[in-house]
Amino acid sequence: MATKVTMEALSPTMEEGRLVTWSRKEGDAVKTGDVLAEVETDKAIMELVARADGVLLKLLVPEGTAAPVGTLLGVIGAAGEDISVVLSAAKDLLAAPTTAVPAPTAKPDVVLSAAKDPLVPPAAAPVAPGDKQALRSAQGDTGGFNRASPLARRLAGDAGLDIRTIAGSGPGGRIIKRDIEAAMSGVVLSEAKDPLVSSVEKQALRSAPGDNYRDIPLTQIRKTIAKRLAESIGPIPTFYLTAGYDLSKVMELRRAMAELGDDFKVSVNDVILKAVATALAQHPEVNSHWLGDRIRQHDRVHLGMAVATDDGLIVPVIFDAHLKRMKDLSREAKELAKKARERKLKPEEYTGSTFSVSNLGMFGIDQFTAIINPPECSILAIGTASEQVIIQDGAVGTCTVLRVTMSCDHRAIDGAVGAKFMQTLRRMIENPLMLVY
Amino acid sequence: MAIMTYRDALNAALREELRRDDRVFLMGEEVAVYQGAYKVSKGLLQEFGEMRIVDTPITELGFAGVGVGAAMVGLRPIIEFMTWNFALLALDQIVNAAAKMLYMSGGQYNMPIVFRGPNGAALQLGAQHSQAWESWLAHIPGLKVVAPGTPADAKGLLKAAIRDDNPVMVLEGEMLYNVKGEVPDSSDFVIPLGKAEVKRAGTDASIITYGKMVNIALQAAEVLAKDGVQVEVLDLRTLRPMDVPAIVATVMKTNRAVVLEEGWEVCGMGAQVVDYIQRECFDSLDAPIVRVHQADTPMPYTKSLEKAAKPDLAKTVSALRAVCYLD
Repeated sequence: MATKVTMEALSPTMEEGRLVTWSRKEGDAVKTGDVLAEVETDKAIMELVARADGVLLKLLVPEGTAAPVGTLLGVIGAAGEDISVVLSAAKDLLAAPTTAVPAPTAKPDVVLSAAKDPLVPPAAAPVAPGDKQALRSAQGDTGGFNRASPLARRLAGDAGLDIRTIAGSGPGGRIIKRDIEAAMSGVVLSEAKDPLVSSVEKQALRSAPGDNYRDIPLTQIRKTIAKRLAESIGPIPTFYLTAGYDLSKVMELRRAMAELGDDFKVSVNDVILKAVATALAQHPEVNSHWLGDRIRQHDRVHLGMAVATDDGLIVPVIFDAHLKRMKDLSREAKELAKKARERKLKPEEYTGSTFSVSNLGMFGIDQFTAIINPPECSILAIGTASEQVIIQDGAVGTCTVLRVTMSCDHRAIDGAVGAKFMQTLRRMIENPLMLVY
Repeated sequence: MAIMTYRDALNAALREELRRDDRVFLMGEEVAVYQGAYKVSKGLLQEFGEMRIVDTPITELGFAGVGVGAAMVGLRPIIEFMTWNFALLALDQIVNAAAKMLYMSGGQYNMPIVFRGPNGAALQLGAQHSQAWESWLAHIPGLKVVAPGTPADAKGLLKAAIRDDNPVMVLEGEMLYNVKGEVPDSSDFVIPLGKAEVKRAGTDASIITYGKMVNIALQAAEVLAKDGVQVEVLDLRTLRPMDVPAIVATVMKTNRAVVLEEGWEVCGMGAQVVDYIQRECFDSLDAPIVRVHQADTPMPYTKSLEKAAKPDLAKTVSALRAVCYLD
């Protein structure tokens, strides 16, 4: 039976969507989950996916058309299937483009009459001869059942990946070992249409359910900034902001806590993690991912912390760091660092960060610049805390200064935006009471 | 180590075992005076005399039966067939007598006999003389079957076959007799029956084969290496009992397998290998196993058709590329 492709509500508030591009053409074999079109919603450009396996028999709406949610956009069915009834129902809908609400009475799934519309070619859409890929997918059609090699199934199970979310690159869409490896490393094998979206950036496109974020469409000026600055410096046009924070009050806090007993000892790093997480929650523009065609600002803070291991650098993630108490952050940071050194981190424990922190203070590094971990847009490099001579209000004194450098991806973050975040962070670190405010 | 031909390696094995144990004797068509149809028994009549190097009439069933009887009374016969194609006439003695004697005598009679000769196709010998019989022989409980692909394996496996107390079929190859390779000199160099060998280590795909096809497998691995694909070549060497742990190990390592054999597809040795793989390695497979074998037809005499019918380098490379999803 034919399945309708309709304009779906791709955001909670969407009432109408603009069909930007059709990704597939009439006659293409499609499988459940295949991207059929890109649709501009009130918030972003989203992907409209197939809800059935079959052949894309008919596309009813030209690119660029805006259509209310529920509008019939196309039909998926078996090759050669008679879809005239579905189409004649659609014609009625298209004849009334002002309809803001889908006509609830239209039941094109139920064949009421065999009357044929002479204007509608009967069951067109043969698979184009020579379209090997389409033929293969058609042959590989298994009714929504994902084809995967036994090894791929086992590897996906071991890695805790849902195999249904992985695209197969083997014959007929079979999921094979390399697809699982790619999914684990965040690389998508099918080539990106937009060369600006690197494979690493695509990682962020698959976000965990329940993640709160909004995708910000790129304005013209933002696109120009991205393009010109990327031409200037590497693929990620990075600039750096350095600030020295007065740690006097943090030191006071540590002393006071330590006096309460060993259980309450906190490290400078614990305070920094807490301060960064709290500040990020107030600056979603910094807590964001660059996705090539948009910037994704995250409400939840998943804080990556760079850990040096014998094998090299790895960045385990403290999820929802903004919601955690300093005690919990401290414990989790220690556990993750230990696991990292023992090479016991699971893939899900080192993917999905929204912002990262790298601390070389323990090595006596005064300050340094860290490399951004894409698709994140910035990273914080923490130097060592050291006693320094300062002049305040005309008087010479000393205080403990922490030098912190923020690396920013200029495509997403402008100097002033980064500076404001650093300002918030200063307020938090120089007045640790802010952390409980 | 000396460099010698496969033929000379077999000759050395025969000579060493004839010297080692005076119960061992060689019997077959043209083995003595003519020094062997393929000169494998060259010089043996001169050294061991006509009681131990025995020419026979053209009566395969007859001299196979004499061999079985000799083994029953304590001798250790080596029966040479000019080719395994002629051994079809002797199958009743091999299958019904040699293979079952220990079983049907309730353990009273061992059967320390070796049947040996060239197996499979050479060049343009026609449909009746170009056949690979290993799956027929390996099918029979009670028989052991070896198919050496290198001179060293030829020597080590033939010596092991002669020392074994059960009937062992040694499948040689006309096209292998002139192949040269390093062969250990020691008269105690014996390769245990039932042990496969990794002839080339690799990580991306396994090719499991034996006998004459080992060389093609190694060439194919070389071709794939140019594309950065590391192919592991597993030489089974013994077809029964088969080294299943070695098959499992290589497939577990590479997740992909090609099974290459000289004979026909249906009920071929490769089918058995594939079964072991699916049974033991199902969850480690990343691609369907591909078999390479002779076309399902009597071997054509015409040169070009014979070439098209045989498994070869191009077909093997293509199979390896398929399991690696390279095309």
